[in-house]
Amino acid sequence: MAENTIKIPVGPQHPFLKEPCKFEFEIKGEEICGATIRMGYNHRGMEKACEDRNYYQCLYLLERICGICSHSHTTAFVQAVENLLELEVPKRGLYLRALVCELERLHSHLLWLGVAAHEVGFDTLFMYTWRDRELVMNILEEISGNRVNYAINTVGGVRRDITADQRKKLLEISTVLKERLAYYANIGTNEPSFIARIQGVGKMSRERAIEKCAVGPFARASNVDIDVRRDDPYGIYPELEFKVITSESCDILGRVVVRVLEMVESCKMIEQILQKMPEGEIAVQKVPRRVPAGTAVSRYEAPRGEDVHFVRSNGTDKPERVKVRAPTLCNLEAAAESVVGSYVADIPIAIASIDPCFSCTDRMTVLLNDNRRGVRVATWEELRRHGVDWYRQNKGIRF
Amino acid sequence: METVKVMLYILVFPGFLFQMIYSTYLEWVDRKLYARMQNRRGPLYTGWSGVLQPVADIVKLFAKEDVTPAASDKFMFNILPLVALASACTAGLYLPVWHLTGFNSFQGDLVVVVYLLAMPSFVLFLAGWFSVSPFSLIGATRVLTQLFAYEVPFFLALLTPAVVAGSWKIADIAKYPWASGNWWVIPLQVLAFIVAVLALQAKLERVPFDIPEAETEVVAGPLTEYSGKKLAVFRIQKDISMYAGSALIAALFLGGFGGGLYLGALQLVLKTLLVVALLSVIRGACARIRIDQIVSFSWRYLAPMSIVQFLIVLLLKGGGVI
Repeated sequence: MAENTIKIPVGPQHPFLKEPCKFEFEIKGEEICGATIRMGYNHRGMEKACEDRNYYQCLYLLERICGICSHSHTTAFVQAVENLLELEVPKRGLYLRALVCELERLHSHLLWLGVAAHEVGFDTLFMYTWRDRELVMNILEEISGNRVNYAINTVGGVRRDITADQRKKLLEISTVLKERLAYYANIGTNEPSFIARIQGVGKMSRERAIEKCAVGPFARASNVDIDVRRDDPYGIYPELEFKVITSESCDILGRVVVRVLEMVESCKMIEQILQKMPEGEIAVQKVPRRVPAGTAVSRYEAPRGEDVHFVRSNGTDKPERVKVRAPTLCNLEAAAESVVGSYVADIPIAIASIDPCFSCTDRMTVLLNDNRRGVRVATWEELRRHGVDWYRQNKGIRF
Repeated sequence: METVKVMLYILVFPGFLFQMIYSTYLEWVDRKLYARMQNRRGPLYTGWSGVLQPVADIVKLFAKEDVTPAASDKFMFNILPLVALASACTAGLYLPVWHLTGFNSFQGDLVVVVYLLAMPSFVLFLAGWFSVSPFSLIGATRVLTQLFAYEVPFFLALLTPAVVAGSWKIADIAKYPWASGNWWVIPLQVLAFIVAVLALQAKLERVPFDIPEAETEVVAGPLTEYSGKKLAVFRIQKDISMYAGSALIAALFLGGFGGGLYLGALQLVLKTLLVVALLSVIRGACARIRIDQIVSFSWRYLAPMSIVQFLIVLLLKGGGVI
């Protein structure tokens, strides 16, 4: 710790954090000169739970990793499983998957734009973007039956087809959104008080972003030209035309611009998908329940960046190991570094600029014996024995 | 009889009761306008179009549990909301809403009103200081920093109409266009008017100057530890400060509320609503700026603007035009 600095803890509970996570900022006056992250408040043991469920049950469990990018996680998982099964998914199914994926990107980025505006006190933009997000949410509900966890994926395709009526609505929404997005791009780059808060804040150079393995819109805003949809295409993305948006400004303004322009690209992609979607089956009719032994890795461009799922099967109907690496994990360290040099008031917007999702990220907790405070890690066997003893003594229950 | 009259002045009109009722109405207008600007409906259910919503909020707060933090200075913590409310109400008393003259008008009451309007900010600082919580402490220092930024431009801006009218009495300044017929001085002072409105926005701690109570940074700033009745009193004070500030600006810059009782009352409503509408538009169109940005904004733009305005008026005065 350098001279004349004080440490201020932020979190695990703090108004700007939507989920618990602890940051410790070293500040000198109003300027931040260091940041450390402590995670693990949201660990839910999803990966372990997957090992006790069959592949279909895993699908619905993994959907609940994150409320925003639920489709991303299931698609990444399902791709890996289909890879192991060597299934040929019907084209229409893949198109529908991509459609929901792009709609999800739209609603996720709109949500982020609102949250970012709220972090800097620009509530009008927050209300506007969330109003428009409802358009996307409503059509998602109409297509899949759910607003958040769509449950549209299944091994070997999707579970629901879209109707002609929904197709028409999607085109209407796309037109409306493109118009509104042009307006937001205008506000985001012209409103002086908003610009004053985001320009030059949270700087992350291209070199450091690559070194810190940043992914997604955060990396693209630092002029790192990566996008799984183009670099390692999956599904029907080779057939679609789209631009990978990058920005050279390397600050939060760049992240706003990248996300808004990406949404415009998503709208265009939705139009292309609806135009090119072939007729036919939406899913493989007969899918074997047992998955042959093997390992598969699947990469997927979630709204927040690259999502990687690893699946190891052992010939039964349950996976032996599922590993999820969510995009926030890659970006978090970079975000903590990007805060350095900014003011204390910039902490919320700088951390929010990566669109953090800690429930996506928390895959494990590390427990340590703390002798000083008398905190000790108990094993499962010890806990069980303690429980049995406690109920025997206090409740008179004999097991 | 005289005592009863004075008590009526203080407690009913233009004192506490009138201010409280009218200021909740202003708050409703502000909330409704703000909501419409954000494409929302705003308050809707309490009374006609939700007009009683601010009252309902205050009543609800009065019914809530009132927690005093163990680490705080109990006496100061409890007394400060009342001090803030009292000073805001007293500021409202000197405004010439009663037939062109304030109920207790005297030479120099402009300075008193400005002082009384600045009091709640000091109280807010003390409230944050004595609640002894990290968020309130940061908020409290921000209140004081911000005070140094906007207070000088605010006073300089209010000086302009005083110089035009050649008086320190708000009633005289408000009467000036009516008495002299020089209505063109109102558009002349537009620069000072803009500065005064912006500084009032900062004084009321609203977006883009809501830095002391930036909820994503410092929860509710100095008011973080306040709850129940005391928070309700602060809410009333904030509303009354908004009423007193907007009525002061209306009296100084928009020609006051002359022309008899009914016309005067109508003007009071219209002119304060105009100022409040301006405040709402600013609130709806901006993001919150940083504390260093408000200091540089005030001293780089607001203070020079008001000095330029002051010089213009001074030159015209020296030339004998006014």
